[in-house]
Amino acid sequence: MHKFLIRSFVSSLVLLFTLTVAAIAKDVKAAFVYIGPTGDHGWTYQHDVGRKAVEAAGFKTTYVEGVPESADAERVLRQLANSGHDIIFTTSFGYMNPTNKVAKEFPNVKFEHATGYKREHPNVSTYAARFYEGRTILGTIAGTMTKSNVIGYVASFPIPEVIRGINSFTLAAQKVNPNIKTKIVWAFTWYDPGKEAEAAKALIDQGADVIAQHTDSTAIVQMAEKAGVYAFGQASDMDKFAPKAVLTSVENNWGPYYVDRVKAVANGTWNQKDTWHGIGDGMVVISGLDSQMPSDLQAKVKKLQADLASGKVHSFTGPIYDQKGNLMVAEGKTADDGMLAGMMTYVKGVEGDIPK
Amino acid sequence: MIIDINFIGLIIASIMASAVPLILASCGELITERSGVLNLGVEGMMIIGAISGFALMTVTGSLIIAVFGAMLAGVLISSIFAFLTQTLITNHVATGLALTIFGIGISAMIGKNFVGIPGKEFPVLFEGLKDTIPLLGPILFGHSIVFYFAFALPFITSYFLKKTKIGLIVRAVGDSPESASNQGINVKLVRYACILYGGAMSGLAGAYLSMIYTPQWIENMTGGRGWIALALVVFSTWNPIKILIGAMIFGGLTIIQFHMQAIGVRIPVQFLTALPYIVTIIVLVVISRDSRKIRLSTPSSLGKSFHKDN
Repeated sequence: MHKFLIRSFVSSLVLLFTLTVAAIAKDVKAAFVYIGPTGDHGWTYQHDVGRKAVEAAGFKTTYVEGVPESADAERVLRQLANSGHDIIFTTSFGYMNPTNKVAKEFPNVKFEHATGYKREHPNVSTYAARFYEGRTILGTIAGTMTKSNVIGYVASFPIPEVIRGINSFTLAAQKVNPNIKTKIVWAFTWYDPGKEAEAAKALIDQGADVIAQHTDSTAIVQMAEKAGVYAFGQASDMDKFAPKAVLTSVENNWGPYYVDRVKAVANGTWNQKDTWHGIGDGMVVISGLDSQMPSDLQAKVKKLQADLASGKVHSFTGPIYDQKGNLMVAEGKTADDGMLAGMMTYVKGVEGDIPK
Repeated sequence: MIIDINFIGLIIASIMASAVPLILASCGELITERSGVLNLGVEGMMIIGAISGFALMTVTGSLIIAVFGAMLAGVLISSIFAFLTQTLITNHVATGLALTIFGIGISAMIGKNFVGIPGKEFPVLFEGLKDTIPLLGPILFGHSIVFYFAFALPFITSYFLKKTKIGLIVRAVGDSPESASNQGINVKLVRYACILYGGAMSGLAGAYLSMIYTPQWIENMTGGRGWIALALVVFSTWNPIKILIGAMIFGGLTIIQFHMQAIGVRIPVQFLTALPYIVTIIVLVVISRDSRKIRLSTPSSLGKSFHKDN
């Protein structure tokens, strides 16, 4: 009798425990910290599209938008970790130190930091996308489609991510058209439609007939549409904003990664990782190609896309020289991730200096 | 690089287009300030105008409804400011700042459903005449009606303040509300009207951004232009013609520095980016350095609350 009581007591405890664990596992809560407003239709907007994919997969999510990259970030992170979130995605480079600091205080909460490189604690992972692969495709298109041989490029801030994009774009454009010039204008903003439009207008007035951008708003493609030149969408498919101007867009697709990682927490299989995914893994997506592009170019782009995805082609394949003519990558070699991550010099063919 | 006469015309036309929102908002705020009210909510009223214009355009499909709706939205939000500062006698500075924060917040909330929708094309006038005259063609022709209105506004404002009875009443209220009140002028009524007018112009400036200049809605799309408009009013020493000059210099340097970058001028980009702010202030300070004139044109009761019984 006594034994039976104990046994049933223990088994019910076990049952209760399993039930609770199951309940917890089902109720994984994910939080997202955004640098901008979800209404920017750019960087933050695309992260939020990813968050919605996590919701659609049956998990609860919360987000905090417009969090400055300062001590404020720490406060927000601590609050999210305290309020029962199991995994927290911090989606801007400047959250790197706050993320690691708060991760130390909450070893049971998983942290995922976008575009950073510090993983100081076992519960911190980092992830980023190889957007430069997309820019290799844009460069190929731009070099082929330009008639004036002047390509305009509206840049945001002189950081490796942006420099890498300019280089990858220019290398690809030079490959198909050695006569092109890439003119770069720094807007010193990620996000100011008026300024971005003015920068694009200046480039167009100076003869650029294809405009690339590394800022977030749709103002540039609209300006290109008005002026009758070509452009490329940034972060999301911008075709509907400028149907004639936009040849294709490079889309940021975070959804699959987010769903994957949240599921991993639910299954208990989450582990520390450093992810840098490109076209091959679907984190960088090339939108539909515009019909104004000649069919042989479309075929070429499709093949390039497949080769970048399979790894047969690398955006930075030697020989690559810097502006002064020094060899950066030797013939037959490709730039390693370390070099890409810290890239702060222009390749040969880019005009002007990097602002210091 | 191509320097021909039409290229210069194109640059001047883009400079003028970028000055439009500043001129509209500044001239509106100038009237408000001339009546003695300091409304720091320009940025908030502008962004409300931007989302209202864009939303109405998307929902109703009518550009006319959208433009007037944006002005009406500016009037409505500035009426909150008017009620607080004039009827409840709150502090102008604090209320104006609150209005900006409120405007940015509420525009983001309304705007949630309008992100990622392309705007409509806004009709331009005299497009066909653009190529008829070298240099002047692109400057004079092929712009929206709001553009022409903005460039007429400083002259209308100047005439209104100097030559019309109502203009003189506005200035009297701003200079000495007590005397104006003793003359039988309803100070509160005048100030209410001036605040609402300022709201309408800020709303129009916002609508210009979201409907004509960069036809789209994204959060915070005014990008601080409301604050620049406010600064222009002060640095122009409450003179509408100098507002026009200041707005052109500011817009001009923003655009010219992009051209200098594209040409490859070896000047640090950060310096070029700061240039519009620095030069606009210097020029306006220099052209307005006559202290007697400043004293004459500064509304002496600016920012001070007025109670009828004191």
